[in-house]
Amino acid sequence: MSVTPLDAVGVAMPAEGTSLWTSARRRLVRNRAAMGGLIVLIIIGALAILAPYISAHAMDDISWENIGTPPDWANGYYFGTDSNGRDLFARTLYGARVSLMVGILASIVSLVIGVIYGAVAGYVGGAVDNVMMRIVDILYSLPFMFFVILLTVFFGRNILLIFVAIGAVQWLDMARIVRGQTMALKHREFIEAAHAFGASSTSIVRRHIIPNILGPVMVFVTLTVPQVILLESFLSFLGLGVQEPMTSWGVLISDGARDMETAPWSLLFPATFLAVTLFSLNFLGDGLRDALDPKDR
Amino acid sequence: MFSFVAKRLLGAVPTLFVIITIAFFMIRLAPGGPFDSERAVPAEIQANLNRVYHLDQPLIGQYWLYLRSVLEGNFGPSFSYKDYSVTELIWDGFPVSMELGLTAVFLAVIIGGGLGSLAALKQNRAADYTIMTAAMTGITIPNFVMAPLLTLVLGVYLRVLPVGGWGDGHELKYKILPVVALALPQIAYVARLTRGSMIEVLRSNFIRTARAKGLSEWLTVTRHAARAAFLPVVSYLGPACAGIITGSVVIEQIFSIPGIGRYFIQGALNRDYTLVMGVVIFYGVLIILFNLLVDVLYGVLDPKLAHR
Repeated sequence: MSVTPLDAVGVAMPAEGTSLWTSARRRLVRNRAAMGGLIVLIIIGALAILAPYISAHAMDDISWENIGTPPDWANGYYFGTDSNGRDLFARTLYGARVSLMVGILASIVSLVIGVIYGAVAGYVGGAVDNVMMRIVDILYSLPFMFFVILLTVFFGRNILLIFVAIGAVQWLDMARIVRGQTMALKHREFIEAAHAFGASSTSIVRRHIIPNILGPVMVFVTLTVPQVILLESFLSFLGLGVQEPMTSWGVLISDGARDMETAPWSLLFPATFLAVTLFSLNFLGDGLRDALDPKDR
Repeated sequence: MFSFVAKRLLGAVPTLFVIITIAFFMIRLAPGGPFDSERAVPAEIQANLNRVYHLDQPLIGQYWLYLRSVLEGNFGPSFSYKDYSVTELIWDGFPVSMELGLTAVFLAVIIGGGLGSLAALKQNRAADYTIMTAAMTGITIPNFVMAPLLTLVLGVYLRVLPVGGWGDGHELKYKILPVVALALPQIAYVARLTRGSMIEVLRSNFIRTARAKGLSEWLTVTRHAARAAFLPVVSYLGPACAGIITGSVVIEQIFSIPGIGRYFIQGALNRDYTLVMGVVIFYGVLIILFNLLVDVLYGVLDPKLAHR
């Protein structure tokens, strides 16, 4: 890293410093655990997208000759078959599709609600802030998991709606973080300058506040995705989530746990995929946090 | 202290009200009804059934009726467990769930605190790395994956422990797997938390003073550092309790243990309105009380904090 002296570049050109994002990226690239996590996630994501092209059998194809057979590379059942004679490799990859998709979807919903809610509460302040945060406090003390289970009952079997709903419940932490950051930013000079130029509150929040809180928000989203994936697996494990013939890691683990005495591979493969994904997301999130907030180390 | 507790209890009233209201309308507006899974009965009998359970009245009227009966301490009869009231069912399952949960919390604090302190004292050495890697694994792998894996190894391959059931409630061998599966993630969290705060405390001035006056390392840690280092653990006990309750729902299902957690899932699937409501309210109260207890305990332990 070289620092160019100011006088060498002239007055007209701004000094070439390292921006927050550049130096954060450098720190992140140097973090081996985070980069390892990122690479693993890219591989799992690619496998999920390419699922129909790389698996030798369709995910809902029943093979009567191969019921509960162990992994066999010769006939294309790389992870073996389940107790219905379906290819576990294809099912694990399709499960990855569902798990990753709902994880990202619910995180985006919680991101949007949390950022808007938190930014408004923090920026407006006063009585509005008090009421808004009191609502968050009350929602916090609700037994969360029970409401998620009730939500799944309420929305019947529509997995997409369930996860929009979960995102709508998950935004509380995000709102708190964003509110705190907004209150810290509110009295900074550049916000006052925007005020002085006559910018409206909406455009100040949109153009100045939100871009400046993206760092902690990004970290938090990375840590929300594994939470939601875990939640989906939890619900599917209990039989409340994805329905046949579609599948997810939770369903596969639940089926695998039932058959583990005769077919341990049907538990081990989906469990490994879930654990590795959660590990990678956590490593990436921790790495991002260290990269974006060096004083927090 | 008294006024603090009173204020908190008063503050819990609106929270409970919100819990009851949301849960009531959500389970009621969900498609399906409590008698769907049974043999179809003549319309006349169905009407009778609906009248007995007040299902024929408008929803808002049923809501007021329910609120009033809850205030009187009556959670109503269960829809799916005929001849049982919800209160009976909950008191039936509670001792089992409580034993499971409290043992798990206890293990989490003792083992997690011990391991975390050890890791802090051996910071950046082999013991520290081992413990923290294990803790990361414990946090990442959910208990519904851990429980079947433990059962597979200990119950199926090695055959040292039973794979499920609760026995008559007095046999230890039935309790080991569920308690361990429930406690592991919490042990991992507590260990990480303790390590972090212990490292910070060990760097502080009063520890340097204690060491400077020649106090043995053991006494320095147990008498001086531990009290300060365990404060974050105490405040984590609230979320830990909620986590254990959630976890027990899965664990009771996996090991077929006769606790409350199972009722909730079955109740929600069978649209057993009163049972679901009863469990939600019961756990809501439990979590609120536990959080209050944690805050009081925190006030006692932390001299910097006085409740006014």
